[in-house]
Amino acid sequence: MIKAFKKLINSLFKDWFKDNREVKLGLYGPPNGGKTTLANKICQDWLGEDMGRTSKMAHETREVQIKEQITIKKNDKELSFSLVDTPGIATKIDYEDFIKAGMKESEAKERAKEATKGVIDSIKWLDDMDCVIVVLDSTKDPYTQVNITIIGNLEARKVPVLLIANKIDLKKSDIKHIQAAFPQYEVHGISAKSGEGVDELYEKMFELRKRALKNKKK
Amino acid sequence: MLTLQFIPFQEIEKLDSKERINKLLKVVKEEKIILLEGSIKPEEQSELIRRTMEDINDKFKGIEISPIYFENKEDKDFIKKIKEKLLNLLLGDRKGFTIIGPATIVKEIKQDPDKIQLLTQDSKSSSKKSSRSRKKK
Repeated sequence: MIKAFKKLINSLFKDWFKDNREVKLGLYGPPNGGKTTLANKICQDWLGEDMGRTSKMAHETREVQIKEQITIKKNDKELSFSLVDTPGIATKIDYEDFIKAGMKESEAKERAKEATKGVIDSIKWLDDMDCVIVVLDSTKDPYTQVNITIIGNLEARKVPVLLIANKIDLKKSDIKHIQAAFPQYEVHGISAKSGEGVDELYEKMFELRKRALKNKKK
Repeated sequence: MLTLQFIPFQEIEKLDSKERINKLLKVVKEEKIILLEGSIKPEEQSELIRRTMEDINDKFKGIEISPIYFENKEDKDFIKKIKEKLLNLLLGDRKGFTIIGPATIVKEIKQDPDKIQLLTQDSKSSSKKSSRSRKKK
């Protein structure tokens, strides 16, 4: 009887204490780091659908994509957020690279044009983010200006950041290299493709949201 | 022929962010590699990338940029840490160097702890054409 009463009270008042404020979680990083693969994994796990197209060719995502109202449920906890998948940030875009990858000239020029616009949009969206997951390819050199600029900008804007070393399923993956490049951050290794480490990432996202909400209060 | 243009910090110190970016982009578009004393702020870096993207065309393909900090990553004692913090406070953006080059000339800037390598577009076959070494402080 008492148990049933407690359950009723809990279900009635649980939502009163739940923080329902919407948090915008951005996925940022250089091109081909696996942002959309991770976005797809998150959306598949919690919405049962993909977010965007992925490809081995750089700049596949050329528009900012948003999925609203994603809710992650873990150990009686709930986390709701809007996921923003951004085009990869680059300092150079050469249409000839797309031709080398097999595209026709007109197609390559169009892709390059869209890609430059995508980078501009990604940078513009930095101001709207409540928290950010920076997705880095753990098989590549992390000491690049793009990584430094993204992380430096988020730091300057006081946006909570989670650093992800993606592609840990690959032989060349080196999380320690990323950790050494950004010692002030905890680096979490995942494979967005195989799903390795993604469950732990969800746990870390609860903490990230908490930090974002704390920032919103200030 | 590669042209390296040294820009001392005092040359950009009194410029606002827009003027700084205009100046750097102008030199890079002249197909020169900039060796800038110090660095620009993170917000200026993202603005530089944004402006670069806006200006990309068949001739100008973007930039390669890399900051170079002379940081000693070895374990430091308390006095050394205080000294470094004080130096950071005094020098601010004047610390280190930044290399900025047009992407049509500079393919990649690689940084190992003791070496800075500029991989140029002409040297695709011979790989590293221009490199500069520096000693750990």
